[in-house]
Amino acid sequence: MKKMNGRILTVVLFTAAVLFLAGITIAGQIYADEAMVTDFSRKNMPPCAEYIFGTDWMGRDMFIRTLTGLSMSIKIGLLTTGISSVIAFVLGTMAATMGKTVDAVITWLIDLVMGIPHMLLLILISYACGKGFQGVVIGVSLTHWTSLARVIRGEVLQLKEAPYIKVAQKLGMGKVRIAWKHMVPHLLPQFLVGLILLFPHAILHESSITFLGFGLSPEQPAIGIILSESMKYLAMGRWWLALFPGLLLVFTVVLFDVAGESLRKMLDPSSAHK
Amino acid sequence: MILEAKDISFRYGKDTQQILDHFSLQIESHERLGIIAPSGFGKTTFCKILAGYEKPDTGTVLLDGKPLESYKGYCPVQMIWQHPEQVVNPRLHMREILAEGDEIEERIIRGLGIEADWLNRYPAELSGGEMQRFCIARALGKRTRFILADEISTMLDLITQSQLWSFLVQEVKEREIGLLAVSHSMPLLKSVCTRLYDMQ
Repeated sequence: MKKMNGRILTVVLFTAAVLFLAGITIAGQIYADEAMVTDFSRKNMPPCAEYIFGTDWMGRDMFIRTLTGLSMSIKIGLLTTGISSVIAFVLGTMAATMGKTVDAVITWLIDLVMGIPHMLLLILISYACGKGFQGVVIGVSLTHWTSLARVIRGEVLQLKEAPYIKVAQKLGMGKVRIAWKHMVPHLLPQFLVGLILLFPHAILHESSITFLGFGLSPEQPAIGIILSESMKYLAMGRWWLALFPGLLLVFTVVLFDVAGESLRKMLDPSSAHK
Repeated sequence: MILEAKDISFRYGKDTQQILDHFSLQIESHERLGIIAPSGFGKTTFCKILAGYEKPDTGTVLLDGKPLESYKGYCPVQMIWQHPEQVVNPRLHMREILAEGDEIEERIIRGLGIEADWLNRYPAELSGGEMQRFCIARALGKRTRFILADEISTMLDLITQSQLWSFLVQEVKEREIGLLAVSHSMPLLKSVCTRLYDMQ
């Protein structure tokens, strides 16, 4: 068989990452009820063939709990990156196209949000919005748009001055056609990759504030909750409660990174023939 | 048609060198005017002003007595740039880049030696000379009345240069397109142009 070329490998990687993440989300959805089931006849079991991640002090299956927690995280991640990237796109393009005053205001806003430590702002917003699902989503969305907005602003500014766009104007192309033909092919890959790379951030921050107690409520099976609860049992030697959920969280984040990176490679014409 | 630069002054920003100082020039459709001057004398800047890319500080550019800005849509004065890689979108196929022009005829594409296979490539997959042929073709659209060729063959080998120039000269002759050629090479301008102008 011929050796796989880089492009096919990238496509395979991307598909595998996306399928795996979709699998986790769907599985977590299906087992959502089972994650809440307590059974005191099987509490505190270390990992074994039947319960591969072990069980906790209330006899809940940690594997299913982790899956449900992750699927919750991915759902929140999808929602927040969606909102963040729309904010980033709108503000970024506005800053680049609507004149100096608008640009100054938006740049100031970006600096302001970036200047405050992420966690602090996140906790403040989430707490002010009443914690829980709603608080987390609003908090994460309002704090994660800044870097992508900067990228979009820079890209649009650069495109506006690009000689090939000026030539297109002289060739009689209208504004809409120039935006569609010349700007979108440059912006879309940046935007998509930026969007996917926002994901791991969003998920990690969601787990962090939940871990700290300012996020989702304790009865929800979320990764942050699982991790913060298992902290109490670590000292008793129940290492499996934190290790497996933690590992799976890291793995999910890495997968998103792989997906984003490979998408960037696929969309970049300079790597078209590698 | 007559393309007329009247009393043009230009500099890039305040406190910089005055590049063009009350400069005037006329070129007619049947003419091929060669402009020669050392580096830094504003040849490229003058082309950009004539094609409407830059606004002069004083003076106007007139096409048949009307200001160039009053021609909306396709600009009848088209410039061919010195560096083709700057004026093509790296993310578009050459086919789409060619389609930006004004109904480019098959005859022009063949005359410039563009191969069918190149149309499906990205700019990064062509050499400078190959890309320049596309830029020349794109500028030769149906409504083009004047061509400004700013050092368009500087980076090409002699055979390609003569091939491109002989096609371009024949084309502008047939279609009565005015040509303004800028180059450092006196022999080239002498063989291409009907009139020479030294900016110095």
